[in-house]
Amino acid sequence: MATYSTNEFKSGLKIMLDGDPYAIVENEFVKPGKGQAFNRVKVRNLKTGRVIERTFKSGDSVEGADVTDVELQYLYTDGEYWHFMDPQSYEQLTADAAAVGDAAKWLKEEAVCQVTLWNGVPLSVAAPNFVVMTIVETDPGVRGDTSGGGGKPATLDTGAVVRVPLFVQNGEVIKVDTRTGEYVSRVKE
Amino acid sequence: MAASCWRPGADPAILRLRAELLTRVRAFFAARGVLEVETPALSVAAISDPHLASFATVYSGPGPRHGRTLYLHTSPEFPMKRLLAAGSGCIYQIARVFRDGEAGRLHNPEFTLLEWYRVGFDHRRLMDEVTDLATELLAEHVPLAEPERLSYRAAFQRHLGLDPHRATVAELAARAERFQVPIPPGMPTDETDSWLDLLLTHRIEPRLGRGRLTFLHDYPASQAALARLRPGDPPVGERFELYLNGIELANGFHELSDAVEQRRRFEWENAARRARGQPEMPVDERLLAALAAGLPDCAGVALGFDRLAMLAAGKQSLAEVLAFPFERA
Repeated sequence: MATYSTNEFKSGLKIMLDGDPYAIVENEFVKPGKGQAFNRVKVRNLKTGRVIERTFKSGDSVEGADVTDVELQYLYTDGEYWHFMDPQSYEQLTADAAAVGDAAKWLKEEAVCQVTLWNGVPLSVAAPNFVVMTIVETDPGVRGDTSGGGGKPATLDTGAVVRVPLFVQNGEVIKVDTRTGEYVSRVKE
Repeated sequence: MAASCWRPGADPAILRLRAELLTRVRAFFAARGVLEVETPALSVAAISDPHLASFATVYSGPGPRHGRTLYLHTSPEFPMKRLLAAGSGCIYQIARVFRDGEAGRLHNPEFTLLEWYRVGFDHRRLMDEVTDLATELLAEHVPLAEPERLSYRAAFQRHLGLDPHRATVAELAARAERFQVPIPPGMPTDETDSWLDLLLTHRIEPRLGRGRLTFLHDYPASQAALARLRPGDPPVGERFELYLNGIELANGFHELSDAVEQRRRFEWENAARRARGQPEMPVDERLLAALAAGLPDCAGVALGFDRLAMLAAGKQSLAEVLAFPFERA
């Protein structure tokens, strides 16, 4: 893998630190009038999502991380692993629970997800921004209740629970924003 | 390239602000009888400070300097001192200067320095004048509380609870650890100055000059640069830096006038360059000759004009106050 000098640092660059892959979030060149220049860098651990601060002497180099983002189609889960397929090559890849994380509850078969690979192995999975799901269980709404800010929990076919307006009923199909976990609208089938 | 790449980085109101600030700088010095001068940007000599990198070019002739490497100045200090030695009296210059390897939110490889020298001033009196100028230029743009002066020692005592002149490497390292200051890999951890710089830039500088002009002064002798040493226990460099809202704006000295000591510091800096694998720089013999002939007792300061304009404009980066920042140059 290539190495990058601090001169090449910019947000989004993937580098290796202490054996883990990181993405640069913020890079600031700092130089006192009379003194050593350095780069103060905020980096996000791509495994844990934690953001930490590091300092590099300007001109130093770090190893790049072999991290790429690919679009893969979700196939199924066997309970332990989640199976994905590259729609072009038909190559199949498996992701573990750590990689899938919170995306698991939004995954429906055939959904195309952005999967981040590290050395060819799924590191993290992002569900599509919007998913269309069926409500499998929710309380019947109270007729005439139009009070704002209300809503009720509804369980979806993947097991995810979202708050929906009172007028939305069992069996209906809705659109959900997976980034916020919020109901967007009903979907006419 | 984007279709808009020919456009300026700063909007017209900022360009007007810059021009107005420059006009007021000139009026300020005219009123005080300080002479505006211009000195060469290209020289056969260059600064040897290992933390500064000069751009170099080659002169193709005609004349005896045919084929010589010439360096773009990183500040107009050396020729201005030659003018002082020749009896110019108090002088100032608004100079475009060049520093390789410096680019970021607060750095542009070429920028404008306002540099001035006051004959008969020491660094304290010059701090008064810097306060006057900065207040005049900034007061209507930025809220400014009463200016503050903090010795290097007081700043370390206030923000880190230790005496920088007496602390051991182990004590400095322990503070860095306690405040979770990230240590750059490869930092020479056996050098007191590395730790002082690290703690200063990470723990102290961001807290300096909050809503006021803060002068940090009386540096450790090892960081005296071109400042006079004031004997004492410990001796301190008569040097100051000015901060506003965590940003370093100016660096001033009660100027060293001892040619022998100056040559010794140049040689020490070139030795440091050799040790780091950096090229040695040709020493400015004309400056040393001028110092030997006699530099009047004076204090000098260099102020980053673009940073001042940035603060006046309420912007966050130099790119927003330069007509064409480096990426668009």
